[in-house]
Amino acid sequence: MGVDLLEPFSFEFFRNGLLIATLAGALCGLIGVFVVLRSMSYIGHGLSHAVFGGAALAAVLNINYFIGAGVWGVVSGLMIGRVSRKRIIGADAAIGVITTASFAVGLALQARFGQAKRSIDAVLFGNVLGVFTGDILAVAAVGVVSAVVVVLLYRRLLFTTFDPEVAGVSGVNVPGMEAVLMILLSATILVTVRVIGVLLISALLVLPAVTARLLTNSFGRMLWLSPALGAVFGGVGMYASWYADVPSGAVIIIAGTVVFIAVYTAAGVRRRARVAGMDHHGPSLRSA
Amino acid sequence: MNTAVATAPLVRFDHVSCSYGNGPVIENVDLTVAPGEFVGIVGPSGSGKTTLLRAMLGSVKPAHGSVMRSPSLRVAYVPQIETVDWNFPVTVSEVVAMSRPQRSWWPRLQPTEKSEIERVLEHLGLAGLSSRHIRELSGGQQQRVFLARALMQKPDLLVLDEPTAGVDVRTRHEVLHVLADLNESRPDRGDVESGIAIVLTTHDLNGLAAHLPRLICFNRTVVADGAPSEVLKPYFLERTYGAPMEVLQHGGMPVVLEQGSDELRLRLSRRGA
Repeated sequence: MGVDLLEPFSFEFFRNGLLIATLAGALCGLIGVFVVLRSMSYIGHGLSHAVFGGAALAAVLNINYFIGAGVWGVVSGLMIGRVSRKRIIGADAAIGVITTASFAVGLALQARFGQAKRSIDAVLFGNVLGVFTGDILAVAAVGVVSAVVVVLLYRRLLFTTFDPEVAGVSGVNVPGMEAVLMILLSATILVTVRVIGVLLISALLVLPAVTARLLTNSFGRMLWLSPALGAVFGGVGMYASWYADVPSGAVIIIAGTVVFIAVYTAAGVRRRARVAGMDHHGPSLRSA
Repeated sequence: MNTAVATAPLVRFDHVSCSYGNGPVIENVDLTVAPGEFVGIVGPSGSGKTTLLRAMLGSVKPAHGSVMRSPSLRVAYVPQIETVDWNFPVTVSEVVAMSRPQRSWWPRLQPTEKSEIERVLEHLGLAGLSSRHIRELSGGQQQRVFLARALMQKPDLLVLDEPTAGVDVRTRHEVLHVLADLNESRPDRGDVESGIAIVLTTHDLNGLAAHLPRLICFNRTVVADGAPSEVLKPYFLERTYGAPMEVLQHGGMPVVLEQGSDELRLRLSRRGA
């Protein structure tokens, strides 16, 4: 008996899930470029935990999820940025305190009131097949806004990301640009965490961008290549999960990992060094 | 090198002290930079040279005193090469263009911008390298890319933090010649008589500092300020570096020697025996 490759498309819930997974992958791919280049991967992981706290609080207070979790996520993101800039405590400690406290609040509220509209499993691992039209529109809207902001502020974002000190001296509002990125990251996590889940969202923020980094030396090209890869991971992963009968979030991440390994293996040693050296800001040991 | 034009200063420090919270990093600094000047600042590590530059740029506010900048002064900054992330995915043209405001909604380089970038790159000996990744360049080329980025801002004052750190002799000469050219004439503005004013910090007393028209010995405050022949004296150098130094003359130029280097050489040669 052959496998009907078009079978899943006959179900509306699958078509919706495929659409939102593809859009979420593209959005995470776009914002993930900044997450990776600014070494904010841990921030992405932490913010997803913070959003969970906001979601639980919103459910208890009977407030719309997007409003409650969104405000909480944006405030957490701005607090992280502010505390990190002060450098009194390390950024990783700041992220750890703010976001795990939010997650703990969410867990406590879930346990005490148990009125969350979605199960804890769905929050942790994603529930792409339970999406509503509003969820799809939210991802699409954040995607469009993010793309517009990145295009309009391209040079300032590039300058701030590559060389914040000189950017500030040259008249760029560096704290403003950092706030814009944190708001976009918070909004991205807010609308995509229900697709991928709290535990895996940071992987979807990182995988398309590091894969794109292996394929190009240009920041501009990375900004379209990473969303394209993210969309492929989301779409292919979602489709494969139908036949694998495994949570779609996990298959999306596995699909991205397989592509990353393939590209990494095919890339030369020098290209691998680019990705390996992403957290290293050492000098170029060159002479004339 | 260009002679300073007798006009209002570009920058004036008036009893300036700066602090990051645990006592002053620089204190009671008085100095001026005139249009077209070429000034070197020397001093030991931790002496506050970078803070002095940051106060000049306005990125650090004085705790006491004031820093006056000429109205509509355009300042460009070239940071230490060690602070650059060489793995960042950015090409030469992307680095050079990033300092200019984005004029249209679409970030693609306009034809006028492309030709201006090519002109600046050619002026600095970087023609044909616009699409190369910054890590693929030599040390001297890398330094000149960041100079090109600074020049795109059409500065009146160019501030450089240790522009010849970590480069070899030939590269140091290349960089110094480029800076001398910029100081002598403005490649972007034919209407201005003097060149770009330049202020740089350096640890290289003999290879760079001794060649500059004006030198400031600095250790939290100005120790000496003047021509190298006036400033590179044992008394001022000891007050600056906290170690005795000899100054010889060679070809009309001061040459600074550390005292006690014979003893160190003897100790190290014994270890190799």
